[in-house]
Amino acid sequence: METRRDVFQAISDPTRRDILATLAGEPQNVNALSEKFEMSRQAVSLHVKILWECDVIDITQVGRERICELKPKKLREVAKWLEQFREMWEDRFGQLDEVLANLKAEKRDEK
Amino acid sequence: MKSDLLMEFTVDKENSTVKVKREFAASSDNVWAAWTEPELLDKWWAPRPWKSRTKSMDFKEGGKRLYAMVGPEGEEHWAWAEYLSISPKTNFKQIDGFCDSEGTVNEDFPSSVWDVNFSGQNGSTIVYIEIKHESLSDLEKIIEMGFEEGFKTAMEGLDEVFSER
Repeated sequence: METRRDVFQAISDPTRRDILATLAGEPQNVNALSEKFEMSRQAVSLHVKILWECDVIDITQVGRERICELKPKKLREVAKWLEQFREMWEDRFGQLDEVLANLKAEKRDEK
Repeated sequence: MKSDLLMEFTVDKENSTVKVKREFAASSDNVWAAWTEPELLDKWWAPRPWKSRTKSMDFKEGGKRLYAMVGPEGEEHWAWAEYLSISPKTNFKQIDGFCDSEGTVNEDFPSSVWDVNFSGQNGSTIVYIEIKHESLSDLEKIIEMGFEEGFKTAMEGLDEVFSER
């Protein structure tokens, strides 16, 4: 199967998540991103290319600069279910915390 | 509570895998028990106001759990799990899917393989879970099914069940 480029791949890498977070503030050119992340320009370019292939950013050539801009719609859709999934697990684990606290208390009572 | 406890949550869509990691302020003995003993598992597994009700559970390799998620109107969603391998206090793997109340597997819904790891240190325990789906489309189906409106709100209100203990 051909590797699919999609939002999930975009956000699967911590550097790409950081790049997206930076772009959420304002559009940036690739050079500025490279400086910000203390990575080689090539490394940042590769991440930017993947983000573009995943269709979560636009790249516009302005003179010599390549300006990267976030396409928030797709990210929002994914962020929405990710957030719900995360909250489900957080709630479930919150319940497990209670169960564990009770187990501990019971044991202490026995002694 | 315990909002300071670390939780990591990632989706590796390339491998159709969801990964969840969480630290618990409890011994690995207790955390293991909470995951593997039906009466404890039923206390925290279900999203409220749903309740988890285990009909049968045979926690051994090749053994199965048959359980229902019971809704506030008494509606039941049945699920099954089969234990593929067990290393006490450290790891168990299970396949998880949907079925009817007799445990007849519903092939229309995707199953998933859970790899649950436990590691204790200094009185706390880290649980690391990988949930692998057979295919990308299975994961997408789970996502669509699981995150419909209402699922999240269903999570609110179970505290009283635990305070009974």
